[in-house]
Amino acid sequence: MDEDCPLLSLEHITKDFDGTVVLSDVSFKLCKGEILGLVGENGAGKTTLMRILFGMPVIAETGGFQGRCCIDGESVDFKSPFDALDAGIGMVHQEFSLISAFTTAENILLNRECTHPSFLNEVFGDRMSVLDRDAIRERAERSIEKLGVKLDPDMLVSEMPVGHKQFTEIAREINRDGIRVLVLDEPTAVLTESEAEVLLSGMRSLADQGISIIFISHRLHEVLEVADRIVVLRDGKLVKDVSAKGVTVKEVSAWMVGRDVEAKRASGAHREFGPEFLRLDKLWVDMPGERVNEVSISVRKGEIFGIGGLAGQGKLGIPNGVMGLQLAGGEALLDGQAIPLNDPRAALSMGMAFVSEDRRGVGLLLDESLDWNIAFTAMQIQDRYLKPFLGSRFLRFRDDRGMRELAQEYVDALEIKCTGVRQRAKELSGGNQQKVCLAKAFAIKPKLLFVSEPTRGIDVGAKRLVLDALLKYNRENGMTIVMISSELEELRSICDRIAIVDEGRVAGILPPEAHLEDFGLLMSGRGATEEARVANA
Amino acid sequence: MNGLQKNSRFLRDNLVVFIFLALSLAALPFSGQAGAIPDNLMARVTRNAFLVFALIIPIYAGMGINFSMTLGAMAGQIGLIFCVDWNVVGVWGLLFSAVIGTPIAILFGLLAGSVLNRCKGREMVTSLILGFFMEGVYQLIVLYMFGSVLPLRSPNIELSRGYGVRNILNLATVRGSLDDLVAIKTPAISLGGLVLSPVKIPLVTIAIIVALAFFIVWFKKTKLGQDMRAVGNDMAVAKAAGINVDRTRIISIVISTVLACYGQIIFLQSINNMMTTDAQSQTGFMAAAAILVGGATASHASIKNVLIGVTLLHFMFETVPNAAPRVFGQADVAEYFRSFLSFGVIALSLVLHAYREKKKEEEARRANRIAAGETAAANAAAAAEGGRA
Repeated sequence: MDEDCPLLSLEHITKDFDGTVVLSDVSFKLCKGEILGLVGENGAGKTTLMRILFGMPVIAETGGFQGRCCIDGESVDFKSPFDALDAGIGMVHQEFSLISAFTTAENILLNRECTHPSFLNEVFGDRMSVLDRDAIRERAERSIEKLGVKLDPDMLVSEMPVGHKQFTEIAREINRDGIRVLVLDEPTAVLTESEAEVLLSGMRSLADQGISIIFISHRLHEVLEVADRIVVLRDGKLVKDVSAKGVTVKEVSAWMVGRDVEAKRASGAHREFGPEFLRLDKLWVDMPGERVNEVSISVRKGEIFGIGGLAGQGKLGIPNGVMGLQLAGGEALLDGQAIPLNDPRAALSMGMAFVSEDRRGVGLLLDESLDWNIAFTAMQIQDRYLKPFLGSRFLRFRDDRGMRELAQEYVDALEIKCTGVRQRAKELSGGNQQKVCLAKAFAIKPKLLFVSEPTRGIDVGAKRLVLDALLKYNRENGMTIVMISSELEELRSICDRIAIVDEGRVAGILPPEAHLEDFGLLMSGRGATEEARVANA
Repeated sequence: MNGLQKNSRFLRDNLVVFIFLALSLAALPFSGQAGAIPDNLMARVTRNAFLVFALIIPIYAGMGINFSMTLGAMAGQIGLIFCVDWNVVGVWGLLFSAVIGTPIAILFGLLAGSVLNRCKGREMVTSLILGFFMEGVYQLIVLYMFGSVLPLRSPNIELSRGYGVRNILNLATVRGSLDDLVAIKTPAISLGGLVLSPVKIPLVTIAIIVALAFFIVWFKKTKLGQDMRAVGNDMAVAKAAGINVDRTRIISIVISTVLACYGQIIFLQSINNMMTTDAQSQTGFMAAAAILVGGATASHASIKNVLIGVTLLHFMFETVPNAAPRVFGQADVAEYFRSFLSFGVIALSLVLHAYREKKKEEEARRANRIAAGETAAANAAAAAEGGRA
């Protein structure tokens, strides 16, 4: 490795979205044939950094960035990902971008097919050339060989195991002429351990052939195994740029999650809880993008139970499955009674409520007023706020006054900023909308409340108010709360226990005062530590 | 997968075909003229097949059933009006119509393609409405512009008011010119008690249809065909790979429209008269019904689907509408059954298709989940093994 002539260098990259700084002054270099491990939590800025490198249109649309990218010492400014490809930078994304009805070979050579001309070329141009299937197959085989994996070039992508899809995608990138830098974004997330090993050795062999690799992964042990150097991003800043030699997983996770300010714990560290209240046994949920494979947890009465983990690992699937919004199976018990899955009404009738992460879609009737929104579930599920007409059970009217009084009560209690209870929900700010969602859930007086991403997209002050509201209802009404959040600090600030979900199952359960490294370890796919097992038991 | 599951999936995938076959066969004994069916069927299938092929390429490109193929039919009809007006007779008349119709069809295709590019994901309903809208434009051309802006030489086809084309255009000058160019007739065959009337086989028409089928097979092997499949399967991926998605989609609609133009000319030459203003109105529906009966879906179609579908649909048209008046004792239910069945089949197969896609997705996700469970179990076992060692 020649430190003096970096192949790619990023210099003082700074980027903000509407004033929110997501990257500040990030600089690093990449040498020929080097594997660089880029790690950081969700939202640390890895994705934005790669978007800048690739000249994704979204960057220019949101006001561009400061700093510069250099290749071979010369400043480059890509206008679109195609420019980046022309310069020899390839990227394999987290989501597969393969055509499922095509074979491996067809995908590897997508839009770069070998052809021979036909009689219609003269009239209609090159697109009327006929595909040369043998040549396509042969070239595909060559790049599969270069990667050092086993793939059937004639297999349809739709019939492939996920690992092979990942290999196909990488083979496609290295099939390009003049590929020099390969960016792999979480390539091992979907692989089994043995497949991941094959991939890691493939990466090593590519690096030996002179291709530089930026390897983004949350599986830290894999990063340490294969990378030459590690760059750690945290909150948009580069916190470490070190050689991977002698670094431990524990150190890296501490760099990743370490905060300058420790969250303040609410009072009441040693609290007494009732008996087991919610039990999930081998729950699976079929939610697109958030698959839950097998989750077993037990929540006690009066507890605030936190569920954390990285995006896409399945934490959001749990409440959506229990509440019947997504196809689910397995066993769920509330207070000893079985919860009928796949039946939202039954779930609500049993005394559970759910504040969805999809506030504007599932949570609110945006075009309706606050009183309607707050009383809606109570009216639908518990028949409240309905007046019988002439004593008839079948013809009933809304009790508008009752609804207004209820709404006013919550507007006061939760300090919802609005012009009045008749204001329409979509006119409120994100934080106030979230409070309306909470009010709607509180209005049915649930025994168990699921809150999913309660502070997503709302500002710091409003966050505190939302969390305080949850704490207050827990302490005063004894409401059991299961809170799902991507923000570890938020979970640690109010939860009594925190489960970390990884790859669709619970990786471990920790007390909130546990070390940050332990949370980091659980999230990074390296199984439960001893303490975690103890806490789980 | 066990045998039962396999059978039920086969049934599910071909349900429309089976329903149709059962219905037609049930009506066969009551249709009263079984002996004439082979000849009528041959005439109907050769008349219609080319039009149905026009639907195939947009389906490859993921744009569903191109109901706006009626635009192509209109172009063909404008060609035929000129051909009758200029009195170009016989097969040359058809060629002349095609030459006039082609640029108009290309223009219409470009228009339809760019409209459909603005509403990705809702192509079918948009193409349907676009077809209705363009019918108005077509009627404006035929009823007002011919004889005023566009020259009309022959007084026989002009409306007595001095402009516009008469409601019924007599196609005697070109009638059957393609079908009868080279045709053979089989002798009448007696099967038991049933006498099958002679079947006229229009060899040239069949040759053209076969040539078109070969062209489509060949087209699929070209770079453009491959790009269309890629665009049809996943627009985002195709775009990321540098394929010009919009252009590819427009080309597929242009090809479809031009083929529909030729198809309509072939269709009309086998009929004596052309309803000037609305000969095209049923074209899209009939073609869509045919391809769907043949087992195609809005996202998947093959040559086989076209051939099976066009045969089955017309077999049904030969039996059910004829049987219905006998069974119900009323003569006017025949037309009712004709339209009821052709629209019914479109609705049924679209619903079945949506249902099937949903099932497939669920199955795929279930398989994924099971696979993930297995790997996780294997990993856990391996980890335990490692722990002991």
